[in-house]
Amino acid sequence: MTGISGIGIEHYLVVSSILFVLGVLGIFLNRKNIIVILMAIELILLAVNINLVAFSAFLGDLSGQVFAMFVLTVAAGEAAIGLAILVIYFRSRGTIAVDDVTQMKG
Amino acid sequence: MTAFAFYLFAILVIASAAMTILARNPVHSVLWLILAFFNAAGLMVIIGAEFLAMLLVVVYVGAVAVLFLFVVMMLNIDFAEMRAGFMKNAPLGVVVAIILLAELVLGIGAYRAGKLDLGTPLGDAAPMAGASNTEALGVLMYGKYLFLFEVAGIILLVAMIGAIVLTHRGQRSTRGHQNIAKQNARRPEDATINVKPEIGKGVEL
Repeated sequence: MTGISGIGIEHYLVVSSILFVLGVLGIFLNRKNIIVILMAIELILLAVNINLVAFSAFLGDLSGQVFAMFVLTVAAGEAAIGLAILVIYFRSRGTIAVDDVTQMKG
Repeated sequence: MTAFAFYLFAILVIASAAMTILARNPVHSVLWLILAFFNAAGLMVIIGAEFLAMLLVVVYVGAVAVLFLFVVMMLNIDFAEMRAGFMKNAPLGVVVAIILLAELVLGIGAYRAGKLDLGTPLGDAAPMAGASNTEALGVLMYGKYLFLFEVAGIILLVAMIGAIVLTHRGQRSTRGHQNIAKQNARRPEDATINVKPEIGKGVEL
């Protein structure tokens, strides 16, 4: 499964794997900063999108690109809701440190 | 030339993703994230997914990243305090990352060694001959995946309403709000007083 000039699907899979792992690492490293955690989740979704598009292109089936578009939709909605929760949390607490988030336990 | 472009975009997307999670200032993180999105779009252009690449630029860079930038800059946050647990969590994070990466690379290596076969596509979503990527995607999305497309629209609607409901502060924040009952109950004798000041003295209000 080698495309033009030697770039095959493995190349894309390696790139998206590294991107995915960087996103997971970002969640671990920035445990306190929820904004960077949300950005790391965006990185993970970007890796998934690259994966879907690579398979779609190299297998000659456009369904992957349609589903990448749906992932994009969910990522946009997730960012909007996540940042809205962040804003109201900051308004009520004056900080966004996620260590002591216990008030949402009910 | 294609290989050169691929390696350029791949190195840049990985480097900017690393900078996103390592940058001290979240504003810089957002800017690195934008660079990562642009390079990912470049990667998609190389393999002929032009529409999705442009969508990535428009939706991610134009909407999501700008939303992040707004929130980071609007909230007045002490970022130095946020970095406190950075080194404490680093060993566990690096161990998990290395294990995860090793597993993924093993899978790709197995494919490369010929031990894994990719599935064969059904063939009912093959790119149309002579049609552009955008055209073929449009036919597929408004045809085979019409229901999923509608559901995606409803997800966006729910997200929009949810974000508005969460952040809306109610009527307290709007100025000049009219209370009709209070207005009708107001009588002249409550609102005005009659005083007769002496000559040379002011009125005590």
